Amino acid sequence: MDPIFLSRLQFAATTLFHFLFVPLTLGLSIIVAMMETRYVQTGNPEYKRMTKFWGHLFLINFVVGVVTGITLEFQFGTNWSRYSKYVGDIFGSILAIEATVAFFMESTFLAVWFFGWNKLSPKMHAACIWIVAISSNVSAYWIIAANAWMQNPVGYEIRNGRAELTDFIAVVTQPYAITNYLHTIFSGFIIGGFFVMGISAYHLLRKNEVSFFTKSFRMALVFSLIFSIGEVFMGDLNGKEMSRLQPEKTAAAEALWETQKGVGFSMLVIPDEKNERNFVEMFTIPKFLSFLTKGDWNAEVRGLKSWPLEDRPPVTLVFASFRIMVGLGFLFVALTVIGWFKRKKLESSPLYLRIMLYSIPLPYIAALLGWIVTEVGRQPWIVYQVLRTNQAASPIEGSQVAISLAAFVIVYTLLGFVAFFLMVRHAKHGPEPV
Amino acid sequence: MLETIWFLLWGLIWAIYFTLDGFDFGLGTLLPFIARTDKEKRVVYNSMGPFWDGNEVWLITAGGVTFAAFPTTYAVMFSTLYTPLLLILFTLIIRAVSFEFRNKISSQSWKSFWDSCLFIGSFCPALLFGVAFANIFQGIPFDANFIFQGNLFTLLNPYGLTGGILFVALFLVHGAIWLAIKSDGALHRRAIAAASALWIFLLVMAVVFLIYSWFATTLYKNYLANPVLFVLPLLTVVALLLTRFFIAGGSLWRAWFASGATILTAVLFGVVGMFPNLFPSSIDPALSLTAFNSSSSQLTLKIMLGVVIVMVPIVIAYQTWAYYLFRGKVDEAMLASKESY
Ligand code: HDD
Ligand code: HEM
Ligand code: HEM
Repeated sequence: MDPIFLSRLQFAATTLFHFLFVPLTLGLSIIVAMMETRYVQTGNPEYKRMTKFWGHLFLINFVVGVVTGITLEFQFGTNWSRYSKYVGDIFGSILAIEATVAFFMESTFLAVWFFGWNKLSPKMHAACIWIVAISSNVSAYWIIAANAWMQNPVGYEIRNGRAELTDFIAVVTQPYAITNYLHTIFSGFIIGGFFVMGISAYHLLRKNEVSFFTKSFRMALVFSLIFSIGEVFMGDLNGKEMSRLQPEKTAAAEALWETQKGVGFSMLVIPDEKNERNFVEMFTIPKFLSFLTKGDWNAEVRGLKSWPLEDRPPVTLVFASFRIMVGLGFLFVALTVIGWFKRKKLESSPLYLRIMLYSIPLPYIAALLGWIVTEVGRQPWIVYQVLRTNQAASPIEGSQVAISLAAFVIVYTLLGFVAFFLMVRHAKHGPEPV
Repeated sequence: MLETIWFLLWGLIWAIYFTLDGFDFGLGTLLPFIARTDKEKRVVYNSMGPFWDGNEVWLITAGGVTFAAFPTTYAVMFSTLYTPLLLILFTLIIRAVSFEFRNKISSQSWKSFWDSCLFIGSFCPALLFGVAFANIFQGIPFDANFIFQGNLFTLLNPYGLTGGILFVALFLVHGAIWLAIKSDGALHRRAIAAASALWIFLLVMAVVFLIYSWFATTLYKNYLANPVLFVLPLLTVVALLLTRFFIAGGSLWRAWFASGATILTAVLFGVVGMFPNLFPSSIDPALSLTAFNSSSSQLTLKIMLGVVIVMVPIVIAYQTWAYYLFRGKVDEAMLASKESY
């Protein structure tokens, strides 16, 4: 059994699983903090009930985020030891900083918040959830900066047979990290917003706690509307960065085989990877792809064939993931704009409410697909143009990895089921009676 | 110089981790034996409720600091100890979720299931961390290509297991004292009795381990070369004796600090004995990874030192505040509230 392939599978499975919980932490923490702030401002006990109800859902999600994150922290050593040795000088320090500046705050203040309702003044108590929300979103910056360095290594030199740090500031402030970061946390905000809207819709459809869930829905709606629109702009910026830094990823994401000027954008494309062409290309908007990637209608865009085969990322998966993510991104804008016009008469819009209930999974899917574009599109490199994935794994037996992968699949499946079951139960049950 | 400072910091952060999460591990291991009713079990859970997650972040930091300061050690240590490390991680997962999940459903079998998970998730990491560290003291069989020549059972050798049992004993005493501080009535009395009885077991294990180390490891080499260093194991012994003394005198907080100091100095005793080795090879000592041949560049070490010197005191300050805030006993009001485990 090939330990590299298995380690890739294991890493992909465990990070994607982690990222099922991370974005809700990022978004819901802020929504809960806004609810508690409203409580402190107005003294209206309904906001306190909202804080507690959504806060309980937040906690179940949070703990699974924590436990799945820890295994990732150690997997660089267990499964990617050659990678860790080669880039640890830069990469390791960012992970360590993330733990010391963000994780400690997140975990300590969340506990103070949960157990401290009677021990702190209302203002201090609300401050605690804000600290959790902010430090979660700060932790995301560090991990994304680490990931951005793998996508676009900067501020280093190859010395002593490894990558050594030469410019720390360049590593943690490169523009690519910033655009990726905003795009990623916005995805979390959308997920948080859709989560709250979906569950509120469930209760509104049943005319249950109408005032409570109307308030929740509206808060989440405004939040999601802003960030759904923001996300499309951030996505566009991200795409421009991607085509500047990793043109082969763009070529794969658009299934573009030949280098051309003034390239059109086809709405319907079916790639044929084996024969290096597309089966179908239909509904083409002339020159639009050049404009999207370079901001110039006549710009030249490199096609996949201009790279040797061993340097190309897989095309179909990256392409399909990208298309679906972008499509969903526009759908979220549409859904939240419609919601804006219906915000005053939610109860009399059962169809819209039902759509929002069943939309809960969609932003999750968009975010996972986004990571697939980013990570699979970077292949065959683990650190772009510095280290190849197949030179990065640990010298361990395939059988060991096979066993741990199987264990991850079993444990995570059970964990996922229990967390899902408990969240659905709590969500359906609704808030505690006054 | 920077390498030496980082070596000590590395040892210190691991030692803090074991001191803090140690009482959680001890309590989880004691749970099935000490708590009889559901209410008593909830006292055990809630006594560590506000703390276990913040304690666990010290493990993440210890891992992160190993990666940042000694990337080669991080890479070789965690890939050679692949199976035990993943076992630790899996058992830590089930420990963490048992806190959050147990009290969500009131069925008896649901609760006992998570009680067993808490036990496994506390006992196994405690034992395995001890086994891993004892084996590191002794040297790990890895070759010139950093390939591990052995399997999980190679690590479960008599010295490794002695280290594992010593860790469990240290944590049990530490946890029992914590429970005594946090509880009332019958549970409180049982916790004190357990702490006193387990202390004798701990004393025996500590003596066995110290003597065994003389024969099985080269830990004493640094101490014989610099006899002043013997202050460190002396402190361990003093802290251990004080623990007993304070339990008997009923000063439970002092006893808890003394048992914490026992753990802290015991781990540091091993770390200082290894210097400058971080991960010695038992196949050929020349292959051993040291603070000097496995460290990061000077620039990274400097930046990280700055980060740690600024951040760690801040972290300790707000964690101390959180401990202070929740210093009281787990009382009826807490158990009755929705905001508890
Ligand atoms: C965009 C954000 C993001 C991304 C890409 C990742 N994480 Fe994460 N991680 C978080 C955002 C986050 C968070 C929001 O801070 C979490 C999620 C839920 C939580 O409890 O904290 C978290 C928890 C979390 C924890 C537990 C922290 C604790 O105990 O409080 C660890 C050790 C990691 N993560 C490590 C990683 C590693 C090694 C990743 C890369 C492969 C990774 N995370 C990807
Ligand atoms: C700092 C953050 C991250 C780092 C350092 C990182 C690094 C890696 C590494 C080492 C691999 C395995 C080698 C490979 O096959 O490419 C990988 C693959 C992968 N990662 Fe990431 N990753 C990060 C974040 C994420 C996140 C948050 C996700 C999604 C939730 C993700 C999704 C994936 C996927 C899907 C793969 C599989 C790609 C493949 O094997 O073809 N990554 N990444
Ligand atoms: C509608 C327009 C969107 C566009 C144009 C867009 C564009 C992109 C691009 C180009 C990347 C790859 C970045 C790289 O590898 O360099 C990406 C990644 C990603 N996308 Fe999107 N996206 C859109 C919508 C969304 C939505 C709605 C979500 C989630 C709710 C989302 C979540 C993500 C995530 C999590 C990543 C991986 C992290 C990152 O690389 O930033 N995207 N997106």
